[in-house]
Amino acid sequence: MDRASVGIMAFLMVSATAVTVAYAQKDAAQDSIEAYREALQDGNPAELYEASGEDLWKTPAGPKAASLERCDLGLGPGVVKGAYAQLPRHFADTDRVQDLESRLLTCMQTLQGKDPKPYIEASFTAPPKEEMNALAAYISGQSKDAPIAVTLAHPKEQAMYDLGKRMFNYQGGPYDFACATCHGQEGTRIRLQDLPYIPSAKGAAAGWSSWPAYRVSAGQMWSMQWRLNDCFRQQRFPEPVYTSDATIALSMYMAATANGATMKTPGIKR
Amino acid sequence: MGSPMKIRASVKDGVTEIKVLMGHEMETGQRKDANGAVIPAWFINEVTAKLDGKTVMQAQWGPSISKNPYLAFKVKGGKAGDKVSVTWVDNKGDTRTDEAAAT
Repeated sequence: MDRASVGIMAFLMVSATAVTVAYAQKDAAQDSIEAYREALQDGNPAELYEASGEDLWKTPAGPKAASLERCDLGLGPGVVKGAYAQLPRHFADTDRVQDLESRLLTCMQTLQGKDPKPYIEASFTAPPKEEMNALAAYISGQSKDAPIAVTLAHPKEQAMYDLGKRMFNYQGGPYDFACATCHGQEGTRIRLQDLPYIPSAKGAAAGWSSWPAYRVSAGQMWSMQWRLNDCFRQQRFPEPVYTSDATIALSMYMAATANGATMKTPGIKR
Repeated sequence: MGSPMKIRASVKDGVTEIKVLMGHEMETGQRKDANGAVIPAWFINEVTAKLDGKTVMQAQWGPSISKNPYLAFKVKGGKAGDKVSVTWVDNKGDTRTDEAAAT
């Protein structure tokens, strides 16, 4: 080999080594981030919201002065334990596929006589919608360690899944983004945030099992509807209507893809 | 009378580890709201922890402590069943005390 080639070879080999070292260092950084997240699990402020959510579930409210304790989340009236892990699902009384928050609105209407409109229109940090974050923390916490188990047995459940899958891949908005733009390939990251590959069981589980979650940087308890709303914002899509079919379809797609994984809610995030 | 604290205390090898999660806004007084007005400072400035009736830890906090503070510390001694009591006082004079039994 002539001197130039040797020089180039040497350069490439040193670069390759440097890249390998950098990659190994990144894994070490990943490990530290994981260790930090493990440490954060203890003393998750979401527990404070679980307590206030339980209060909201049990305290009589609304024109009918009733609590939510007779609300059927899919496992029978008043059964909270394990219910979140089986949502979204079709409900016979409304003949709709519903996620947790839309089902809570149904119960608030029928049991408590509340008007859902203020809940739908308020911002996530304002009353009365902020109650939904606490309720989501409480109810999802009651499914902690339960296996995710949504079914697609009912034709409407299957239809929601299909719609969610199409929406996930549908490009739109001013940047031509789809959910898949960020979540449609393995091994990607935005700044320090790993992006799960949602079409896979493992990726869908990473997302679906860890929200609702307390976001430390914002000091806020985020429900799943809030998380989806923010995804739309991040893609510069128009804001979805709270608990609309669009949001339930995406939830159904993720939950069904995550089937079998263990719920770790409520989670804690950066 | 602020929001309830979550207290966990466990005794192991003669050391009691106490973990407290407090619910508090911890406003620094440096933030401004949407209209440009300063959001007034509102934070816990004193924390006292007692184990079996004896004060074992006192802390003076300032605006740098984050919202919903989580405090964990170890104390020599203690046995299962001892009462752990944590009290906080904030700059508005509000106070809260919660108790738990060490396991």
